[in-house]
Amino acid sequence: MNLITKIHKVPFWSWFWFILGVLYFVLPLYATLVFSLQMERDTLSFKAYESAFADPEFLKTFTYSIGLAIMTIIASIALVVPTAYWIRLRLPEARRIVEFITLMPFVVPAIILVFGLIRIYSAPLNIPFTSITLIPPLTNFKVGTNILIIAGYIVLGLPYMYRSVDTGMRTVDVRTLTEAAQSMGANWGTIVVKVILPNVRTALLSGALLTFAIVVGEVILASFLGVPAFGPYLFLLGQHRAYEPAALSFTSFLLTWAAMGIIQLITGGQGQTTGAH
Amino acid sequence: MEKSFLPARKNKTPRSSWKAWIGVVPFFLFALLFLLLPSVRLFVGSFTDNSGKFTLDNLIQLFTQQTIIDAYKISIQISAVTALAGGIFGFMLAYSVTVGGLPKPLRSALITFSGVASNFAGVPLAFAFVATLGRTGFITAILKNIFHMNIYQEGFTLYGFIGLCLTYMYFQFPLMVLIMAPALDGLKREWKEAALNLGANNLQYWLKVAMPVLLPSILGSMILLFGNSFGAYATAYALTGGTLPIVTILIGAQIRGDVLHNPGLGYSLAMGMVVIMAVSLGFYSWLQGWTERWLK
Repeated sequence: MNLITKIHKVPFWSWFWFILGVLYFVLPLYATLVFSLQMERDTLSFKAYESAFADPEFLKTFTYSIGLAIMTIIASIALVVPTAYWIRLRLPEARRIVEFITLMPFVVPAIILVFGLIRIYSAPLNIPFTSITLIPPLTNFKVGTNILIIAGYIVLGLPYMYRSVDTGMRTVDVRTLTEAAQSMGANWGTIVVKVILPNVRTALLSGALLTFAIVVGEVILASFLGVPAFGPYLFLLGQHRAYEPAALSFTSFLLTWAAMGIIQLITGGQGQTTGAH
Repeated sequence: MEKSFLPARKNKTPRSSWKAWIGVVPFFLFALLFLLLPSVRLFVGSFTDNSGKFTLDNLIQLFTQQTIIDAYKISIQISAVTALAGGIFGFMLAYSVTVGGLPKPLRSALITFSGVASNFAGVPLAFAFVATLGRTGFITAILKNIFHMNIYQEGFTLYGFIGLCLTYMYFQFPLMVLIMAPALDGLKREWKEAALNLGANNLQYWLKVAMPVLLPSILGSMILLFGNSFGAYATAYALTGGTLPIVTILIGAQIRGDVLHNPGLGYSLAMGMVVIMAVSLGFYSWLQGWTERWLK
């Protein structure tokens, strides 16, 4: 046995990089956890968590963000599933342009998107060259702002949702399923809801969880559109508190972890990543 | 839509009738309202002066106004540093769990963790790094108490350039791991066997066979990392409170209240950013395609 094979028995450098990586991953989380447990002097306790969760403002903003996430997921599925289905079945030549559009959010970061959205929807949207108002200024009223922010979140999640659903449809034979359903007299609505949706549920769940991970902690759209969501709340809390933000940061890490962990489980390790930095 | 006088297209999918396009109208309408219109508004705005007339002044100011040049400079520096460092580190990690000889379970653990970490960003990430490397942070305290080294007296600060780079690294190198692991998996065992049988050593195999195949993918991924940190706003804002004037922070300030005293300049600032993002994404997919030809 020569020297080279001996060295390769113990992959020293592999271990070196791996341990370095683990340290980079774990240290900030460990530090956050330890810090969040130190609210009471000289003892470790969950005081910061109790205090953070007891704040009515936390509950309000957090449920609000979860509500936004759920609305975003539903609207996103309603938009993406029929489109992806239709393209597979009837309109393959639209694939390129739709894929291009779903990738656009990678080129238009959240800060630019919100810039554009505010500039367009803080004034009434008229039909060009007339004074007929198509959409009233959305940023001026609550429902309008909510519509705007959910639309923005759909855009941010579009690359992941579309790719996830499209991959899901590749694995089931959409055409045969449709023909079978049609021959039994199902209409288009029934086919999409009762045949296609259940067959791509893994893909939907994975897309939904990614969207959830993006929306719940999102701070850019929420703060610029002035929405009482969890992200801006956490940011403000960080300005005048020390331990509670650490507790909530660790909690939101656990949430991300849970969402990604489930995705890994159901998709068998095909990790995806978002870009909500 | 149809050009029936053209000869039949070579691919097998026949052109659909215009009726089939009705099915995708909702999607295009949504894209038009919430993606294209806002983008077009910024584009048009960047070529418009305060009285609504066409101008190239904003574009020229983009390259002449010192605040903006500085902002681009810092953004590009941060993105380049974290893309390079994150790219190398991420590659080494992906290498170690794929062909590096580490036990199999570590691989899925690392991939899962990378999926989480590349999504763990924004405000919570900034707070986590404050708890780690802030003035009273965990590592700061260890260095002080055990190694008697006060890094804040040595000139280190988390709330500046280096601090932001270290923080960005947290979502940069995991992204590299996620892209590179499948590429490294694609290296065919036969290539290595063939190389070794022909008398090459391991180093020669890497330099002459594996690297040339992987290089476009590595470069492309680093460019993607560049764009990834170039567009980041929340992490930087939460960490530095807007004191480090990177492009996204400047745009944020411009949205809040015309700090550049010229709305059109704000739009062209945003457009400049979109152009950089588009170029980096374009390079990424071009280079990625290059590697995939080999790994398929």
